[in-house]
Amino acid sequence: MSGGSDIGIRFDGVSVAYGANTVLDSLDLTVERGEVMALLGPSGSGKTTALRAVAGFVQPVRGRVLIGDRDVTDLPPHRRGVGMVVQSYALFPHLRVEDNVAFGLKAQKADKAGIPARVAEALEMTGMAGYAKRYPRELSGGQQQRVAIARALAIRPGVLLLDEPLSALDAQLRSGMLAELARLHRELPEVSILYVTHDQVEALTLADRIAVMDQARLQDCGTPQELYRSPRTEFTASFVGNANLLPVRVGDGQVRLGDAELTVDTAGVAAGTTATLCVRPHLVGLGEGVNALRGTVAEVQWRGATHRLYVDVAGQRVKADVRELRVPPALGERVALHFAPEDAVLLSAGVSADE
Amino acid sequence: MPTPLPPGGPPALRNISPRPRQKTGWWALPPVVALAFVFLYPLVLLVQQSLTPLEGGTSVRPYADVFADPAFREALGTTVWLALAATVGCLVLGFVLALVIAFVPFPGAKAVARFVDVFLSFPSFLITLALLFVYGTVGMANGMWTDVTGAASGPFQFLTTPWGVLLAEITYFTPFVMRPLLAAFSQIDTAQIEAASSLGAKAPRIVRQIILPEALPALAAGGSLVLIMCLNEFGIVLFTGAKGVTTLPTLVYSKAILESDWTGACVVAVVNVVISVSLYGLYRVVSRRAGA
Repeated sequence: MSGGSDIGIRFDGVSVAYGANTVLDSLDLTVERGEVMALLGPSGSGKTTALRAVAGFVQPVRGRVLIGDRDVTDLPPHRRGVGMVVQSYALFPHLRVEDNVAFGLKAQKADKAGIPARVAEALEMTGMAGYAKRYPRELSGGQQQRVAIARALAIRPGVLLLDEPLSALDAQLRSGMLAELARLHRELPEVSILYVTHDQVEALTLADRIAVMDQARLQDCGTPQELYRSPRTEFTASFVGNANLLPVRVGDGQVRLGDAELTVDTAGVAAGTTATLCVRPHLVGLGEGVNALRGTVAEVQWRGATHRLYVDVAGQRVKADVRELRVPPALGERVALHFAPEDAVLLSAGVSADE
Repeated sequence: MPTPLPPGGPPALRNISPRPRQKTGWWALPPVVALAFVFLYPLVLLVQQSLTPLEGGTSVRPYADVFADPAFREALGTTVWLALAATVGCLVLGFVLALVIAFVPFPGAKAVARFVDVFLSFPSFLITLALLFVYGTVGMANGMWTDVTGAASGPFQFLTTPWGVLLAEITYFTPFVMRPLLAAFSQIDTAQIEAASSLGAKAPRIVRQIILPEALPALAAGGSLVLIMCLNEFGIVLFTGAKGVTTLPTLVYSKAILESDWTGACVVAVVNVVISVSLYGLYRVVSRRAGA
């Protein structure tokens, strides 16, 4: 293939199993050069296994792993040349920050004279230049994670593997580090990044594309916009963002939920079948309108800027995030909700994730 | 690590702490006196006896006599070099074996680790006895040699020499090094080892730069334990080296039981105690300076 150098990472039917337990089931996925691919899924979905297959810490029972146009399936980890950052930082506790960052350069027998400059460059890039002489235990969690990133970048890898890198940080640090990672990616446009996370905000913020994993399988893959605005499966709809998934009967140009007749785009779904209607809670409004859903208020949560209402409509609990209400509805009160036809996506039953 | 209390502790505790502490001081006195009587008083008697020559009175003559005795000097030298060599041997062998058990996945690694624990409970002369079966004058190795070559005796005649004692001590004491090492290895974050190999490090570099630094306190602990136990080892030396090898503990035994030189035995015993205690003190100083 002439475009071989455009590949960052390629999974070619990769399966990983421990005994009879398949933890990754024939994964086919290509990460372009310079692309940020998020592997998003709940724990046990196989996303970390996929990353470890790239790093070389698990051996696939079937399939090939390619980095660039190199088949690395049978290479030991130390010959793969990937940078890796994990949740626990995994810094070497007895080495100073600068020696941690220099470790990879020394291990790869880089030109001795050039090492200090490359260490300084990596620390500069992650904003840790002032901490070169410190030991890891003298740094905060966020600082340790920056050092871990600097250590991974110092060897100038073509591929950077990030395994839940922000999960050990508190919420405020996390959003700061997200911005940092986005900046690093802009500064290193050649580096492909595989980013494993269970946090959809991280995936939506950072990724060029998101691969949604569940039960050892790739469920869906697309840009954040595609997955968020028009999810193809119920699993994607509920995991990427948060969605109301309502079982409806499909008619011609409209669907029925209980007594309510709702106008949505029914293209591609046969009339007379059942399907799942996906509507994001923040796109649901309170009050009468087109596509009105009438029901009783089951729960009201005040979240500062918004109110989250849970309304029982025809046996289904519908979530609505509305702007803070001066007088929120009382529990048990009958209210009407509405949503615009173009804000709903109809998922035909055939592509639903669970039977 | 336990979380350190804020300096001075919470105010409520600070106010009431002096009184109970005085009370505990009183309660501690009887057991301390009892312990001193049981453990320290015999030592005092020993030192006193070592300063009492046969003719009576108090003098350091017994020490001068013993120090002038070439047999004592030889025993002292043998004791120290045997202990040092056995310690080095145990550290090297124990480190390699523990490394294999902890990091090379092979079936039965857990069983081997458990066997190390069992090994610790064996009496020391058992090892010597077992080695006799293999390397003794009529043991397996020599038996095979004489069977094959038709010679009158086999080539393995080292068991009654210091080398035999060294082999037995290394065999017996290596698990004492492995136990703390295996504990230390199980504490090492595998993510660190994975990070190192991702960065391009092969196994020798990972052992040298990641595993060894983490294992140093355990090595120091196991090594000092083995050193002191080797200095004082009696059973192995008596069983193995009975003919040619004399160390301080066996010298004490032969002086006291065989020669009935009670004072001389006490002198050698005091020297043995001084060496053990000073080596232990040295270890404490070194390990504190190393920050372990």
